[in-house]
Amino acid sequence: MPEVRSPILELQGITKSFGGVEALRGVDFALHPGEIHGLVGENGAGKSTLMKIIAGVHSEFSGRFLIDGQETHFRSARDAHAAGIAMVHQELSVAPDLTVAENVFLGNQPTNALGLVQWRRMAREAGEQLARFGIDVDPMSRLGDLPIGLQQLIEIARVLFSGARIVILDEPTSALSPPEVERLFATLRRLREEGTAIVFISHFIEDILRVSDIVTVFRNGRKVAETASAATSKGALIEAMIGRGGEALEHSYTDDLMLPRPSDSQVVLKVDQLSLSRSLKDITFEARAGEVLGIYGFMGCGQQELSRILFGKLKPDSGTLAVDGTPKTFASTAAARRAGVALVPESRRDMLFHQEPVYKNISISILDRISSLLLKPAQERDIAQRQVEQLQIRPPVVGLDLGMLSGGNQQKVALAKWLTYPPKLLVLCEPTRGMDVGAKNDVINIVRDLRAKGLAIIVLSTEPETVLSLADRILVLKRGALVREFSNEPVSKDRLLEAA
Amino acid sequence: MSSETALAAERRARGLAPFLRSQMRNIAPFLTLIFLSAFFAFASPSFATLDNLGNILTQVSVTGIIAVGLTFVILCAEIDLSIASIANVTGIAVAYFTLQESYVNIANIPLPGAVAIILSILLCALLGLVNALGLTMIGIPSFIMTLAMMQIAAGISALLVRGQIAYKVPSLITTLGSGSIGGIPWIVIVAAIMLLGGHLVLTYTRFGRYVYMVGGNREAAEYSGLNVKLILGSVMVISAVCSGIGGMLGVAHFGSAQQNEFDTYLLDSIAAVVVGGTSLFGGRGGIGNTIVGLFVLGVLNNGLDHVNIDSFLKILIRGLILLAALVINVYAQRLREKAAE
Repeated sequence: MPEVRSPILELQGITKSFGGVEALRGVDFALHPGEIHGLVGENGAGKSTLMKIIAGVHSEFSGRFLIDGQETHFRSARDAHAAGIAMVHQELSVAPDLTVAENVFLGNQPTNALGLVQWRRMAREAGEQLARFGIDVDPMSRLGDLPIGLQQLIEIARVLFSGARIVILDEPTSALSPPEVERLFATLRRLREEGTAIVFISHFIEDILRVSDIVTVFRNGRKVAETASAATSKGALIEAMIGRGGEALEHSYTDDLMLPRPSDSQVVLKVDQLSLSRSLKDITFEARAGEVLGIYGFMGCGQQELSRILFGKLKPDSGTLAVDGTPKTFASTAAARRAGVALVPESRRDMLFHQEPVYKNISISILDRISSLLLKPAQERDIAQRQVEQLQIRPPVVGLDLGMLSGGNQQKVALAKWLTYPPKLLVLCEPTRGMDVGAKNDVINIVRDLRAKGLAIIVLSTEPETVLSLADRILVLKRGALVREFSNEPVSKDRLLEAA
Repeated sequence: MSSETALAAERRARGLAPFLRSQMRNIAPFLTLIFLSAFFAFASPSFATLDNLGNILTQVSVTGIIAVGLTFVILCAEIDLSIASIANVTGIAVAYFTLQESYVNIANIPLPGAVAIILSILLCALLGLVNALGLTMIGIPSFIMTLAMMQIAAGISALLVRGQIAYKVPSLITTLGSGSIGGIPWIVIVAAIMLLGGHLVLTYTRFGRYVYMVGGNREAAEYSGLNVKLILGSVMVISAVCSGIGGMLGVAHFGSAQQNEFDTYLLDSIAAVVVGGTSLFGGRGGIGNTIVGLFVLGVLNNGLDHVNIDSFLKILIRGLILLAALVINVYAQRLREKAAE
């Protein structure tokens, strides 16, 4: 369908910076009625920033912003909403304790003359809307009781049927099962026929190619390509996303990296047929001593759940774990720790005590090794001081409250707490996220040292660079299932993206 | 670059104003205590006497014993509303297992004193264990779980005494509750020993550290491989046992065991802990704060008796002081967080 109609939305030369760092540099973007426009790009390429400008979340930027040919400036998301623009954000934003119908009508429940909610009408209309979407649920059931995928579909349905002329969907398919994805696509196509303009952001390039008419590729804050979906391929898009040659920043991993032969050292962890409701399906793998196993996948692919199961924080529905050949079912994280498993979660806030001094943060996991009843603060400080020096934590003052350290140094403290008595298995989630280059290199060196000491290490990350820079063997996790293993073969960023 | 951040951090750490701000929760209750004492000393000549100090100490003893355990609970960012009920039922139980005078019309089971005491302590520990299991295994919020336990303990009390009053308790309990040595009431000594013991456990033992860490950031404690449920369960049992001991000595102190005898102790104990500056959000404070809080409450209650105030107004004044303490408590937490930024 060749577009001759004028664009409903047009952006010209959009530039946006955060604290001196340019997130968008002179981007042009046009959206036509009755068009599904796919957006791809790596994390931080600028897609989300651009969408937030369109949705009125960011109001400070330079460049021209036209709606129906009229120059416009939104000062808030409310303005954008009034202009008929609606967005489904990546994170689920539903009210789990309200009914399905209330969620569908969130913010504009039908009321009668007295201002009372018309429950029956609301339930009926919500049911009709959802039925159009192929969702058959009782509109009066509690939303939180439904599976996550269905909740996400209902949230999308709410936005799609809000009457908006422009709908932005940010990663809508990450929690959906294949049939649910089909239903979503069918609905999007129907809305397209009705003249709605849709922006579809996804890491799943197959999805983008299947549903969108046009694809725009972002890299480092620039629009680097815009083509008809029919005229491109997954390989070509990935190449455009990560760029070849000149433009690469520090060290890009586009070149093939040779993974070593699989190690035949002792198996430390054996995971067999692990499943967890909708998050994980039949996960089976082994981790060996002296090996770094990388697990790569997109946000929401089940990495978080997997790491929590390994550390006894979540219980799997089925499947078994064995550490050093002994089957384990961890009743608590304390049991996992005693079995020799350690976890550093992706959020430092979750594992550090910001109002306590550094040494208490470091000693907390080993207190039972250094004291049976009474604390030995001098010994705690000695141990902490040694770790602080070894990991070059700055400032090297163990009595300082943790909250006064920089993010990178806090991350090192999170590692340090496990290193005095090294575990058998160390599970690291996003170990270098949000770090500057120096801190990243420090962490990479620490992990390599630990591998040399014979620890089995699992690194889970949504950033290909992190996995590539650390792992000896790489597993790719996609929608809760292991889909590919890279071992003793060349691997690169585009091969990883291709597999995921 | 790194030495620069080190310097900046040092400066922030050494600055006087942020330090004072971070210590707000310790300073404010202490200033309140000094202010109240000065006010009553000025307002009434009978307040600032050695005799009256003894009175205050005796008056806060039962509250103090109960507040030891409650401090552990609040440090973990939980609450125990069953303390007064458990104190009551334990006090009644120890009388129930003691031979009463013939005119007491209770179908009780007289046992040797030591057995009676042990059974009573087992009873309160068991009730604490039920609180612990409800909180950790079933996942009932402590606020609701202990509210139910408050009723359960009151129900057991009612069944044991059936509206009657018992007077006799084992001689050891009588001595500790109402006797004195060298002019110092035993109950004050017991309270002091228990407060000291609580302080030592919280400050110098591994368990005490765990209590602070679980209260400071429960998620982080779990990710550090601590058995958070075990720690939370333990503090609920500790709280119940402290309440039980307070209840037994209280019965001896009052000279009788009956229904609803400890009702005011729930509010008093919570007030003592919170007024003292232990954070309702957990992780900050301690027995030292509780002691200051006990004195603030003791001085207030005792002082109001000395200054000839309308006794109905006293209730309102106590409420207002408690509100002020809560405001300071929450405000101090915010200041502290700001200082740590």
